[in-house]
Amino acid sequence: MSAQMLRVTEIEALSPLVKRFRFEHPGGKKLPLFSGGAHVVVEMPDGDLLRRNAYSLISDPQDGSGYEIAVRREDGGRGGSRFMHSNVGQGDTLRISTPLNLFSLDARARKHVLIAGGIGITPIIAQMRQLLRMQDRFEIHYAARLRSEAAGLRLLPRLPHIHSHISDEGDRMDLGAILDRQPIGTHVYTCGPEGLITAVAQCAARLGWPRGSLHSEVFLAPPPGRAFEVTLAKSGRTVTVGPHQSLLEALEEAQVEIDWSCRGGACGRCETDVVSCHGRIEHNDHWLSEDEHSSQTKIMPCVSRFRGRELIIDR
Amino acid sequence: MPATKFTPSIISRPIYGGLTPHGTVPALMLASGPGGEALLDLIAADPAVLPHATVIYIPEGSDLGPRLEAQGPASYVEAASYASILPRFRKLLAEAPMNTRLYLAGTEGLIGQATAEALAAGMLLEAIEAEHRGSLARRMQCVHCKGITEDVTTDPFTCSHCGLSLFVRDHYSRRYAAFQGVCVDAETPGEVPPKQEIKA
Ligand code: FES
Repeated sequence: MSAQMLRVTEIEALSPLVKRFRFEHPGGKKLPLFSGGAHVVVEMPDGDLLRRNAYSLISDPQDGSGYEIAVRREDGGRGGSRFMHSNVGQGDTLRISTPLNLFSLDARARKHVLIAGGIGITPIIAQMRQLLRMQDRFEIHYAARLRSEAAGLRLLPRLPHIHSHISDEGDRMDLGAILDRQPIGTHVYTCGPEGLITAVAQCAARLGWPRGSLHSEVFLAPPPGRAFEVTLAKSGRTVTVGPHQSLLEALEEAQVEIDWSCRGGACGRCETDVVSCHGRIEHNDHWLSEDEHSSQTKIMPCVSRFRGRELIIDR
Repeated sequence: MPATKFTPSIISRPIYGGLTPHGTVPALMLASGPGGEALLDLIAADPAVLPHATVIYIPEGSDLGPRLEAQGPASYVEAASYASILPRFRKLLAEAPMNTRLYLAGTEGLIGQATAEALAAGMLLEAIEAEHRGSLARRMQCVHCKGITEDVTTDPFTCSHCGLSLFVRDHYSRRYAAFQGVCVDAETPGEVPPKQEIKA
């Protein structure tokens, strides 16, 4: 994964829990352009620990003068977002990967409907900037619980086709009303909690929409869990995965060569064959099929864990 | 006339899965000639497809029109040709909601052109059902002059634009809704193999 050291040039609080970070090249060089929906992986060296978290870019895809992300502090998380909030200051340099897009706009669309829940608004901000530039037809529906916590409100322009729904004020997003009567050629992009993505899929299915018109990205951080051991078939070594560590991180710590990209169970790059499994793999990815999950023949080390007697993987 | 079964060929050769009903969602149904029978079969399989269906029928000498109309779709239009109905078909696509299904039945030329039109309007392939009925005539594009010759029934055939003798390939362009015709006597001018009727 190619990456470069970039300097933090701006930090701004968008809400009590969400901060915006801007990164620029220390020598003022232009950064590679990207497309709306892309993310970067930020490396956070914290003592002996090297954390890597993926964040969606919120800046203009056509603007190479800097990259911007918005980070929500997750106090129950594994510490990456806390590190960004408390340890990173203006002028610091961090290693940032080249942008990669697993949530791009569909070029066949005649109209785009963007649906975001909470911090899921981030990729949609860059998609919106791209759509505004291309003068494509779109609408945005952004749902948040409290106005004071709705960081997206600071990032969304006031336009008649951009709608915010604050549930605490009695304005709940009505998916049925949003999807009903949309013209053919409409594509829907949903980012937010798993429940929202499922709700959009169910609503679209109920209305009889073709499935190919639905696109989504779940914000998936590797969930913590119980510590477990994994045996590596190629070397016979055994690696211990700590409660707040992912299997991928444990493999990296053990200097095992492994490819990755999204670190969130979506891109498929870290897919690993299981040689033998006595126990249950806790699959947390969105990459493998249901059959692959139930047969326990593959694992995505970036997000999935294991419980049981023995797991041998082909690494 | 039953649905045509094509022999397996190269991957670009379209295959038509047949008309599977999708229930009460809005439907556009477009058929020509014996394709009308496929619509009647579809309606018989699931009458729920009718109340929100717009049926366009191009009889091409067939007498299925009155039977189709008698089924009682939301609206029924008869057309002299695909070209004559195209403006109306475009308007229907432009006004169609996202849950619309398109049911096509008839010749490959009709299915292909209507599919290309629907894709251009933003419809997804998975929302289109198609069944081949009737003539095996192909819509051919000459790869040399780019002209399109309709209703080609023999292989080789003569390009109606540039006059070359063209070999009928299974290589298909979804965008042009046409098979590709390649000069058959390029290496040995004048040596044209005997014409054969195109088979499925
Ligand atoms: S790194 Fe993308 S699925 Fe694991």
